[in-house]
Amino acid sequence: MQAPAISFLDVTRRYPQKGGSDVIALQDITLSVPQGAVTGIIGRSGAGKSTLLRMVNGLERPSAGQVMVNGRDVGAASGSELRAIRREVGMIFQHFNLLASRTVAENIALPLEIAGERNIAPRVAELIERVGLTAQTNRYPAELSGGQKQRVGIARALATGPKVLLSDEATSALDPDTTRQVLDLLARINRDLGLTILLITHEMAVVRDICSHVAVIEGGQIVEAGETYAVFSRPAHPTTRSFLKGVTGVTMPQFVAERLRDTPEGASEAVVQITFTGTHATDPMLARLTAERGVSVNILAGAIEEIGDQPFGSLIVGIPAERAEESRRFLEEHGLLTEVLGYVD
Amino acid sequence: MWTNLAPLLWESTLQTLYMVAMSTLIGTLIGGPLGIFLATSRRGELLSAPILNTVLGLVVNAARSTPFIILVVAIIPLTRLIAGTSIGTTAAIVPLTIASAPFIARLIETAIREVDAGLIEAARAMGATPGQIVRKVLIPEAMPGIILGLTLAVVSLIGYSAMVGAVGGEGLGDLGIRYGYQRFMPEVMLAVVVILIVLVQLVQSLGEWIASRFDKRAPRNRGR
Repeated sequence: MQAPAISFLDVTRRYPQKGGSDVIALQDITLSVPQGAVTGIIGRSGAGKSTLLRMVNGLERPSAGQVMVNGRDVGAASGSELRAIRREVGMIFQHFNLLASRTVAENIALPLEIAGERNIAPRVAELIERVGLTAQTNRYPAELSGGQKQRVGIARALATGPKVLLSDEATSALDPDTTRQVLDLLARINRDLGLTILLITHEMAVVRDICSHVAVIEGGQIVEAGETYAVFSRPAHPTTRSFLKGVTGVTMPQFVAERLRDTPEGASEAVVQITFTGTHATDPMLARLTAERGVSVNILAGAIEEIGDQPFGSLIVGIPAERAEESRRFLEEHGLLTEVLGYVD
Repeated sequence: MWTNLAPLLWESTLQTLYMVAMSTLIGTLIGGPLGIFLATSRRGELLSAPILNTVLGLVVNAARSTPFIILVVAIIPLTRLIAGTSIGTTAAIVPLTIASAPFIARLIETAIREVDAGLIEAARAMGATPGQIVRKVLIPEAMPGIILGLTLAVVSLIGYSAMVGAVGGEGLGDLGIRYGYQRFMPEVMLAVVVILIVLVQLVQSLGEWIASRFDKRAPRNRGR
């Protein structure tokens, strides 16, 4: 097991208020961000995720606890030591934060100039090519689309060859197509460079698409954390469940939803959501349910996606009401998750 | 009559330009760093020095609230100390500079404060020192605003320079008062006013043109 790239140890952040009690932005956060992985921190606005992210490069200081990045205590570093750590940690932003007065190439050159590098031009050209902006080299940010601006942001963040990339809601200002492209680029960089990526977002779709690990933050505390796949298949906390709504699996067809009721009395069918996890996602379990138990299953909706590089399937099915309990037991015994959503006549 | 007056008008115009140019130059050398400091030294900012910020802010405000004509007379001893004399065009540069420096400081402070805080954060995240942030981020990004601010300062100084006749400074304003008012030659007054209008117009247009050259925020006719 490799040492984590970033670890938060009992990190608390308080903001002292004049003549009142402190505002606690983060409380007793302990979290490890694995080396070379893409980790997502998801939370609503005000949950503290932005404060947490900014501690990694010392833009925020912990009131208590330690933030370790590649074995160095960021919270305790200052001056030139802190600046040296920052050069090893790239950052991209929701609103890109590009200099309007500099061209694409000049923006990407900025961190190299700051680091006092010589021979900047070849490095800049290489970065521009990596993010696919060769044709825009001498354009100004005002002439670029949102997606192109974020590519410049990414190239700029990579300029000094960091080991860690922080992403502050990098796709929140982008449309879905562009979001997809930027996430693909981040995933590719993660793969090609072995870069550790820590991102914050309020969209579970971003976590689903590129994060292998996820932490859910609520009211300044981590309420759930783990491999994305595990968290998605068995969400324990209500906040996680509410983030997951509409992101995984399927939505119930309108004609079923309209007829759905809570009680089984006199119903002909139970509506059951089945979640296929891991290797089971590819097993023909429903076929076996029919063949081995003689239960006829009526598929109402379904989808299979890939989360954390593993297949993840959801089905909504109708099962004859009197066989519902037996069928659920059969499926659960074979490693699937089931949930009765309601009943229809 | 105009043949006699034309050289006089020309000479006065040059004197005005000299006074305005020198006081803008020295005023910027003093007011520029001061403005940058004022823009970045409040509590928690880049060069956080809240007490010095407050003190300098008070000094700047005091200088700016003193009416120019009073300032001119009040600092005569200082003028004499610096320029060796308290009368004449060169001497007039002293009060003009003292009036322009705090004004320019405020204009540059405003321009720098307009720079998006996100850019400062991005530069800090890159490991930039405060000095690098000022040189590589704040000043270049604020340049269009700084140029427009300096344009405003030059236009104001053209107006102020007309008042230094009170302490023996020369230039267009002085000419207008002495010939136009005291010798009853309204046509000289008119000529002075016309030259001043043209000067201000030229300065304003030039300033706006230079600022637009620096301003890359809006795409022009480059095509996307």
